[in-house]
Order: sequence, then structure tokens, then C-alpha cells
Amino acid sequence: MIDPTLIDALRAAVTGSVNAETGPRPTDLTVGLSLKDDLPAAVAVLVGQYAMTLATLVATDETATPDGALQVRYVFEPSTPGAKDWFVTLLVTVNAAHPEVPSLTTAVPAANWHEREMRDLFGIVPVGHPDPRPLVVHDGWPQGLFPLRKSFDGSQRVAVEPAEEFPHRLAEGEGVFEIPVGPIHAGIIEPGHFRFTSVGETVLLLDARLFYTHRGLEKRMEGLSPLDAFYIAERICGVCSVAHGLGYCEALEQIAGVDVPRRARIIRSITLELERIYNHVGDVGNVCAGAAFHYGTATGMRLKEQLQQMNERLAGNRFLRGIIIPGGVRLEIPDHLLEYISTTLSEVLAEFDSLMERIEANPSVVDRFDDTGLLQNQAAVDLAVAGVAARASGVDRDARRDHPHAAFMDSDSPRLNVVTRTAGDAMARVTVRALEVRESVRLVGEFIRRLAPGPLRVSLAEPLPGGRIGISAIESPRGEAVHWLRTDAAGRVDRYHLRSPSYHNWPAVALAAETAIVPDFPLVNKSFELCYSCTDR
Amino acid sequence: MLRILINALRTGVVTTRYPAEPNSPPERFRGQPIFRPGTGLPPPEVCPTGAISEHPDAGGSHLAVDLARCVFCGRCAEDQWSGAVATGREFELAARSRADLRIEVVDDDAAVHAKPASDPEAEAARALSEIRRVLGRSLHLRHLDAGSCNACDWELTALLNPVYDIRRLGIDFVASPRHADGVVITGPVTRNLATAVRRTIEAVPEPRIVIAVGACATGGIFGEGYANLGGADQIHPVDVYIPGCPPRPEAIIFGILVALGRLESRKTSTSIV
Repeated sequence: MIDPTLIDALRAAVTGSVNAETGPRPTDLTVGLSLKDDLPAAVAVLVGQYAMTLATLVATDETATPDGALQVRYVFEPSTPGAKDWFVTLLVTVNAAHPEVPSLTTAVPAANWHEREMRDLFGIVPVGHPDPRPLVVHDGWPQGLFPLRKSFDGSQRVAVEPAEEFPHRLAEGEGVFEIPVGPIHAGIIEPGHFRFTSVGETVLLLDARLFYTHRGLEKRMEGLSPLDAFYIAERICGVCSVAHGLGYCEALEQIAGVDVPRRARIIRSITLELERIYNHVGDVGNVCAGAAFHYGTATGMRLKEQLQQMNERLAGNRFLRGIIIPGGVRLEIPDHLLEYISTTLSEVLAEFDSLMERIEANPSVVDRFDDTGLLQNQAAVDLAVAGVAARASGVDRDARRDHPHAAFMDSDSPRLNVVTRTAGDAMARVTVRALEVRESVRLVGEFIRRLAPGPLRVSLAEPLPGGRIGISAIESPRGEAVHWLRTDAAGRVDRYHLRSPSYHNWPAVALAAETAIVPDFPLVNKSFELCYSCTDR
Repeated sequence: MLRILINALRTGVVTTRYPAEPNSPPERFRGQPIFRPGTGLPPPEVCPTGAISEHPDAGGSHLAVDLARCVFCGRCAEDQWSGAVATGREFELAARSRADLRIEVVDDDAAVHAKPASDPEAEAARALSEIRRVLGRSLHLRHLDAGSCNACDWELTALLNPVYDIRRLGIDFVASPRHADGVVITGPVTRNLATAVRRTIEAVPEPRIVIAVGACATGGIFGEGYANLGGADQIHPVDVYIPGCPPRPEAIIFGILVALGRLESRKTSTSIV
């Protein structure tokens, strides 16, 4: 949607020309900048005058087209509650022979990892970026080899070259210690390397190195039929299977130009809330483990198990895989299962409420949670932190309201009560989760009431329309995930990019850990409960 | 404190009786797909992970299904193929060799059987008796996330919850590979983890058991490429493969007990109905 005042503001700020058009969705705006050096000025308009925040950054390789160039899309979204649902994309074209763009990181800290990833995977250099270290590719990756360039064959194995030790960000001084942790951890958890610098127990710096689980999934999906690639999208992350499956489907359905039937939209929303509930309940139990409150851990595990058994009865899979499918849903929820869902949820909610009472009545647990792992509101805003972590630091954002999806697109959809807290500590994150469980159970009830008989899916005819872009934002259990999908001329996957909530939240964990002591790190980390796999892809 | 005790007593015992008593998965559970030859089988392209393949033989050609690559999505049993393929509820699928997970779909006058798979049983039995001699019937395992999506990891964690409580079977997960009798690997072994994975396995004293859990580790969906080695057996020989995406907790328990020689592996010759 062309917004003349915004375009005028951009024209006034930049020296080159501004080419505005509607898209990818009818409500969205894409602005091509003729000079890539105009980027910082244009971003300043969006962020400064329009209170927008970075949603995602997508680089593409267009070298096969007559332009023969690389492109970078900086996608922004409103950051204020009640704003309209739109994305504003700034598009710059980069000469493949001199692939450089001005870095935004010092002005927009949320761009930090995006720009490093673009440098690793496309060889596009963000000039002026404060951190020259690689992010996605690890030690021994050959220089000058960029896996997401179209000329790179993703199915090849690449030799590991001799490498220097990775230059961690460290503090130095008398009595300063370095503590390396990971990538293989002592528990059954995902891999990442944490390099603490500490004085005694106090954390001075935490340098988190991730992307150990980088599986090259975006490259893997390229060239596949979008209907086949769905099964990979659904498996990027285990505990966000529904959210990522749904986000991919909504982007694909925009490309196909189909509307999903109402009953399917409602079943999708029910499934999305069930995913949130089992995650949040399990996460509260896990946070208890960080505070050595074993009754809480065991209760959380038991309730999560009860919910996952419900998932299996509903979807045939304990992670709810196999309900959502491009075009709708592949399984009906008959009345007896709806009744079973309602009963199970009310049983679990009663026990979960009792667990929260036991946590709040236990001074030694509360003492560990209070003021631990502080994330300041300004930091959450600057880093474009998403989900529970943002809302616990007073950032009122939720993609279910800000970018309505599934049944939230319906005019009679239930109103979402967004839960926020301002303390920004572990206690606030636990409280937000607990209240969101209650809200999700309420929403499931509301959705079930609105469920009327009707078709479950529309078919997507192959080949799908070529050269089209779809974009969607889904509120996963961990926050907003932004999916960007484009088809090639033959209707196959040309480029898919997922910006998961954890991608924006990981840098916040490091900040929060730096307000804590080393023994509290597991608690801080669990209170954020981020995914490695959907960050690393 | 009193409330906690009362709550605990009120909850009672929630632990499953599996494997002492059989477990029946819910009706919608998607286990081993069952192919009925001769009734219009789906073409191999239907499978998004390439688990179905076509092979020429004397009578023309036949299909084979590789459970190691299967993510149990149910697509081959949808729409027009629902008559030819059904999603079975069999979940005890762990096998000692990758070849045992391959099912040949052969039409034999409507009565169907699977071709006997290659039989590495002799060598496996030798290794097993040695492992049993050293470890007894107890097993301490170290989990290794080699790039998993976290679903298999959650199911391994679930084994420690009050419902599965795998410690009642003499099995536990330990923090250090030096304390372990074997490793459980999830994920396709990413390039960025290959060194760490190799070193961790080598840190486990011999004889050691290596168990691959889930489709990525058994060689499934993500395949081999710039970022993946394409399965646990690309880095170390695997003793037991546990298919699933992810395998349900009972399926993992079954696989670990197979690894210990306390249960028989999946029966290849009778697996197609």
C-alpha cells in the first residue's frame, strides 16, 4: 500500500531516487533505493519518524537474471501496539563484483546478526559493521565460498581448512577468568558455546557462539516443490513445528492466491495455542530446575507429558506435526476430541495454577527468580526482542494481534489479551508465561465455540505462480517468527528465509547474563528458553 | 512444604508399565507405513524425503521403503493412495543395521512378504555379547545433539519424567562421556559439530554403544550437503537405529533395550501385512 507521506519523507531524506510499489501483500510497501548509500538515511526515517523496527533481512542472488546482481531487502514493521498490519521493505541492489552495503548495526543493533549472516552466506559485506567475525560458518570454512549464492552447489561437502582459534570477545585484567562452556553441554540440551569472562562469580562478559546446528535448510529447500519443502519447514524446529509450518504455509498461500477455509483457520489457531501451552508449561518446569526446585521441575514435566500425549491423540505426533498442511489442515478435530481437549486443558490448568502458587509461596525460589537476568526495556526495543522476553520487559508486542494470522484474521475472532510485565527479570518471564497459559486455554475455548462444519483445505495446483513473494509473521511460543518465501519462474522454491524469535533474542540473553552471576546462568538461559535449531537453521 | 507433599500424594503413581506391558499408540498415530501391492501404489516422488524408491526386477519393478529416511508424515497414505497405503501403528522399529530398515514391497500373488534383508546378525551378536559381558544389563548414556531440531532431544528428556522414568530400567543419562557406556546421537551431524561429536564419542570408554535416534540421525530428511554429514553413521559405526520424527518415548526405550540385547530387534520378515 502506497503511503504518500512516508514516500515523501523518504524522498526528502535520500539523495538518489525512490521507487515505491505495493507488496509483497496488498497492505505492504516495497521501496527500491537507487543508491545503496541512501540506506542509513531511509532507515532513520522508518525507525525515527515511523517508530518501525527491523522484522527481517533477506538477501537474494539475482545473478541469473539480466541484472546480474545481488539484492538485499530490509523488512521493517511497526513497533507500537495498535499500528496497522504492514511491512515496509527497503530494497537495494548490489553489484556482485563489489558486494558492499553500508552497515546499519550501529544505528539499528537488531541488524547485527542479520548482517553477519549475509556476509557469511552471500559474501555481501556490511561496510562499517563493528564485528568482523564469521557467524554462521565455523572454523575451517574456505574463504570466498558463499553457500547461498546460486552458483554454489549445496549438496557438496566442503573440505575443512586449517583454522586459528575463534577470537572470542573477552575482558582482561587482574583476577579475570575465562570460562568456556559447550558446545556439548552436560544435560540433554541443544549445542552452543558460551565464553564467560568473570571476576569471581560475577559475569563481566558473555560471548555466545551459536550456529552449531546450522543444517543449511534454506539452501536445502531451494529448487524443491513448495509443497515438498513444507515438510522441511515443519521440521526446522521441534517445539515450534506448528508455528513454523503455519508461517511457511501462509507465505505459500499468499503466493498461490488461495484463501484457507474458515474451519481450517480455526483448527490452525487451536493447534498454535496448544503448542504454546505445552511449551510454556514445560518451560516453567525447566526454570524451576534452574532454581533447584525439583517438585516444580517434576510437575512441569508431568503436565507437559500429559499435554504431549494429548497432542499425539490429536495429531498422531507428540509435537503436533501432521495437522497443518499447505492449503489448510489434513486432520479433522471431531467433537469427541474437542471435548477431550477441553477436559485435558482444564485439568492441566488447575494443576498448573497450583504449581504457580507453590512457586510464588516458596521464598527460596522467588529469591532466585527476582532481579535475576535483567533485560532493560530499552535493550529489548533496540534488539527487536520478541515474545515472552519482550513482553516481560514491557514491550507490548504479539504477532497474533499485530499481524493477524490463522483464525485471528476472522472479523469475529476472539480478542487477544496481551500480557506484559515491566520488571524484565526471570520472575517476570515466568509470570508472563503462566498468564499466557491461562489466556491460551481461554482462546482454545473461544475457538472451539466458533468452529462450524466446513471444508478443511483447498488444493494448491502445481506449478505455483512463479516469481512471487509471500511474507508472514506468526506468534510462536517464543515470539514473532517472520517467514519470507519467493518462487522461481517454474514455481519452485527460489529463496526461503526464516527469522525466528530466538534469532533476535539470543543477544538479549548475553546482556541479561551480564547482570547475573555464573551459577545463575542456567536459570537466566531457561527463563528465556530459546531455540538453537530455529536460530541456526 | 506440606502442600507439596499432599499434592505429590494426590498425584499418585503415573509411571508407565511399558515395556513389561505392551503399549498401544493412539488411533491417529503414524507408525510404519503399510503398503498393499497391486492396488495402485504411489510413485516415489510422493515422498518428500525420498524414503520411497523404485527398483527394476524380473516382474517389472517394485517399491522399497526406507524407514531410516521416513518422517512418518503420512503423505503416501493420503488422497488417492489411501487404499494402497495405510499408516500403521507399529512403533517398535529399532534395528541393528540400516539395511534392516529397508522394506521391499513385493507382490507375491496378493500375499505379501518382504525380501530378507542383509543379515549382519552374526557380527552384531558378537559385539553384543561383549557389551553385555562388560556392562551387565545396565546402561549409562551420554546424549549428543549433532544438529537436531530439538524434538528428539525433548523425547530423550521425557524419558526422565515421572511417566517414563527410564531409570527404573537401569538406564540413565550422564553428564560426562567418561562416565558413559555409550552415546545417543540426534541430528544429521552438522559440519559445525562434527569435530565435537567425534571427540565426545572417542571420550567414551570402549566397548561403547552408539545409538542413532530420529530421522536426521538415521540418515533422513536433511540429507548430505555443505552443512550436514547426513547421519550418525557418517562419523562412527552405529549399533542401533531408531526411526521416527521424532520417535515416541516408548520407541526410544525399545531401541535402547534392543541395543542392550534385552529385546529382539525389529522383525524384518513379517513387517508387511
